[in-house]
Amino acid sequence: MILNMGPHHPSTHGVLRLILEIDGETIVRIMPDIGYLHTGIEKTCEAKFYQQVVPLTDRIDYLCPLTNNLCYVLAVEKLLGLEIPPKAQWMRVMLNELTRINSHLVWLGTHALDIGAMSVFLYCFREREDILRLFEMVSGQRMMTSYFRIGGLALEPPLGFFERVREFANRFPAKVDEYENLLTGNPIWGMRTKGVARITAEDAVALGASGPTLRGSGVDFDLRRDMPYSSYEKFKFKVPVSQDGDVFARYICRVREMRESIAIVQQALDGMPQGRIKADAPKVILPDREKMKTEMEALIYHFKIITEGFAVPEGEVYQAVESPRGEMGYYVVSDGTAKPYRVHMRAACLANLQLLPAMCEGRLLADVVAAIGSIDIVLGEIDR
Amino acid sequence: MPLNPAITEIDQLKAHPALAKLLAWNYGAIEGAKFDRDEMTIYIERSAIREACILLRDDRDCPFNFLADVTCVDWYPKQPRFEIVYHLLSISRKERVRLKVRLGDSPEVDSVTSVWPAANYFEREVYDLFGVRFNGHPYLRRLLMPEDWEGYPLRKDYPVEGYR
Repeated sequence: MILNMGPHHPSTHGVLRLILEIDGETIVRIMPDIGYLHTGIEKTCEAKFYQQVVPLTDRIDYLCPLTNNLCYVLAVEKLLGLEIPPKAQWMRVMLNELTRINSHLVWLGTHALDIGAMSVFLYCFREREDILRLFEMVSGQRMMTSYFRIGGLALEPPLGFFERVREFANRFPAKVDEYENLLTGNPIWGMRTKGVARITAEDAVALGASGPTLRGSGVDFDLRRDMPYSSYEKFKFKVPVSQDGDVFARYICRVREMRESIAIVQQALDGMPQGRIKADAPKVILPDREKMKTEMEALIYHFKIITEGFAVPEGEVYQAVESPRGEMGYYVVSDGTAKPYRVHMRAACLANLQLLPAMCEGRLLADVVAAIGSIDIVLGEIDR
Repeated sequence: MPLNPAITEIDQLKAHPALAKLLAWNYGAIEGAKFDRDEMTIYIERSAIREACILLRDDRDCPFNFLADVTCVDWYPKQPRFEIVYHLLSISRKERVRLKVRLGDSPEVDSVTSVWPAANYFEREVYDLFGVRFNGHPYLRRLLMPEDWEGYPLRKDYPVEGYR
């Protein structure tokens, strides 16, 4: 029998459509059908100035907008050859780890909800709200933050921001214990996740899996540690790896990652350097408002950047960062003008989704729901 | 970090593990190389791309076993028009390399799905948005756009607002 699952099915996390060929309750074949959320962001980028692309990147993966911001601005900064001041780099690391927690909380809540554990959702969204308030405080937006700009940050963090983050970071580990109390030792959770949707390390690498999906299969690779960017090499953290390759392994990797992330946030708070938040590049970065009122050059630069953009030297760059879902990469090609010639996003979810047939074929229909949750897909990123 | 000029002389780049391996295998299949902004790019002759990928994947010292991405750049109206871009990653050696194939007269190239199954969706996406055909792909259908869509949206001669 051919069965359609989605695009309106609540457990498909958006608009994923699966065409299932089933024999009784056993899956014979599974065909993902995507593209319902395709908005042509890559094409739109080619018609914008470099700085105008930043808000578009928020909308790709709406659960981790800051990670997308970071990846794009790092790529353009590499094209320009800009040096970013340490404070801006540490702020970027700190906010990125908060974003990772935010994204994992949404994942944990909805994943547990899919499998039937209702209450975890409420616990997770309680803490997520705190993180969104922090984002609102620093950038003015809860979700579409656009806080990282080419050459630094948009604004100085407001007064009292670090105290609020510190307060959250002290409180959060106990909350992770709460989630684990509800799930990790729970026999029903174990029966729904252990040994389900297994994938071997070889298959995961061959199919292009990355992030917790790859580490859940025992491949010890994390871009933050192995190919560091934005001064991640100055932070100490462990990379959780699990050997089992099943839904439970991916669950435990992500939960442990939340603990590591909050440790990175603590380190960033303790060692936050002082100084500027923007690079010294007047042709690229908008001048301060105060300067514009007194200095002619500042006013001219402001006018030129807004109306003409800034030219980026010819070349191409592939920048990858570890997003909550895996390797998020931006391939930016410049032809020497003020608009990118080509922007391509390597979506971690698109590659991870290819694992779904390998995970589910030959298994029960109910396991599909667990498998989709465990690879943590965001359709905005898949379809772009 | 100030920008250094790109190095494009193959002789100066021979030390790179991927390039050395490819040159030893088939000198004629390498059309050029570039080292720019700490990133290595190797231009491969169109007919050799599949074998070159197998060679790099199975290399003992530095296996590029992870295909991070396949994409395309349209240089319209210049010729050769399309550039297929492969981003390879070596998980054990933590190295990246970029392979490029230039497609001039006909937008067709061998598929690498038999080398890395991961290429399946990436190549379908390129086919969908650029109209480049991948020979030997198991299921070359549109991925993101509707099945009955006309034209290839990411080509440079396709208007941003679309035809309709």
